[in-house]
Amino acid sequence: MKQKKWPEAWQEVTPGCIVFTPGSASTYKTGSWRAQRPIWDNSKCIKCGICYMFCPEGCIQETAEGLFAADLDYCKGCGICAHECWPQAITMVEEEV
Amino acid sequence: MGKRIGMEVGIAAAEAVGLCNIDVAAVYPITPQSHIAEHLSDIVHDGRIDAEFITVESEHSSISACAGASATGARVYTATSSQGLMYMHEILPIVSAMRLPVVMGNANRAVSGPLNIWNDHSDIMPQRDCGWIQMHAENGQEVIDMTIQSFKIAEHPDVMLPVILNIDGFQLTHMIEPMELPTQQEVNKFLPDRVPYATLHPDKPLSMGCFNMPEIFTETLKAKDTALINSKKTIIKIWNEWEKQFGRAYRPVESYKTKGAETLILTMGSMGETASVAVDEMRKAGKPVGLVKLRLWRPFPLDELRAAIKGAKTLVVMDRAVSFGGAGGPVATEIKSLLFHDKQKPRIVDFIMGLGGRDVKVEDFIAMVERAGKKKDESYEFYGVRES
Repeated sequence: MKQKKWPEAWQEVTPGCIVFTPGSASTYKTGSWRAQRPIWDNSKCIKCGICYMFCPEGCIQETAEGLFAADLDYCKGCGICAHECWPQAITMVEEEV
Repeated sequence: MGKRIGMEVGIAAAEAVGLCNIDVAAVYPITPQSHIAEHLSDIVHDGRIDAEFITVESEHSSISACAGASATGARVYTATSSQGLMYMHEILPIVSAMRLPVVMGNANRAVSGPLNIWNDHSDIMPQRDCGWIQMHAENGQEVIDMTIQSFKIAEHPDVMLPVILNIDGFQLTHMIEPMELPTQQEVNKFLPDRVPYATLHPDKPLSMGCFNMPEIFTETLKAKDTALINSKKTIIKIWNEWEKQFGRAYRPVESYKTKGAETLILTMGSMGETASVAVDEMRKAGKPVGLVKLRLWRPFPLDELRAAIKGAKTLVVMDRAVSFGGAGGPVATEIKSLLFHDKQKPRIVDFIMGLGGRDVKVEDFIAMVERAGKKKDESYEFYGVRES
């Protein structure tokens, strides 16, 4: 069953707020909440993957070169990756409005 | 129809559940409880029914286990009382929001503190706004009948809401009364298998009770409110089906000798039995007094109440709980508020009585009716409270 993102009217709310489409949370782009974004300095990156392991959103992925990057559709800008990165390869920079 | 036998009402409630082909019961024997859970565990343990009896570590867990089981499509029952119901409080609105047809028997007993385990309605009133259908039984036979009806009401596709059946603690749960248990064939004929709207199953993944952003929360609550209001139609329909099959009538609001009555007593639960004797006595003495009994508390049967009290000059409301520092007892407060805009309405006198097991006798109802006639203001009163 295909569902709309939001029911428009109260009559459209499914009983029990059931969502029939598994994995539909991925269509909700939490990246819009972000105030800061993580920027990698790949010259400092030692490819340890600690940023990948600590990302609570699971949005950091390994690239083909073994480096790491965040999927900005879902990155909320929490800064945990930058805090955990001990070679200090990640910097949080303000999002421009 | 089965044989008429003497039985403790709590045990009869469990026997009635035993006839309903339940799949799961999750209970915790908190103090105070009733024999409902204990006897139901016997029924399951003795192999009389094929059901899962989950012993959990708290009432918070028992209602949570019921919610989970109900979400898989199971027919689910739980029983609780007083502190146990208070401990379930957090989960109750979740069960109704997820539209899970859990049925609960609640032995109405006072909430601490101070510690008191006897009968009043202080446990159910804090749950008033939880979105469950809430009904009150008046005697043992009604407990049997309404327990069976509750499953059909809760699971009906036009309802899909949980039901609390209120059974006055001690006054009903621990009394031995003559009752008829329907036969298994009769119950099977009345109560169809549950056909769930959706179930949690790995083959058909879905999510229930999903997170609501501010953009949708208001719509969800409006839908829940409407579902509860609309359930009244189906409740009445199912009660009519019951009457047709078993010959015993159930109405959202019931009237006793209200014809020509100037003063009406309004009760909820077991107190209606004593009040009807008081009405008989007053009628014998030539006083135009009648009785109105609220069977359905949520959804509130406003139209039926209006019809029942039409033409009465005074409505004497019996409240068995206190809304501390508020407008009076919860039942009277609600009725006053609902009738506020009506041009023709009775004067409403609110007595708070029968708290924590304090007996309310026939003469007490007569005294309250007399006191209501003399009362000068509209303030609520603690009937029978000792003063220095």
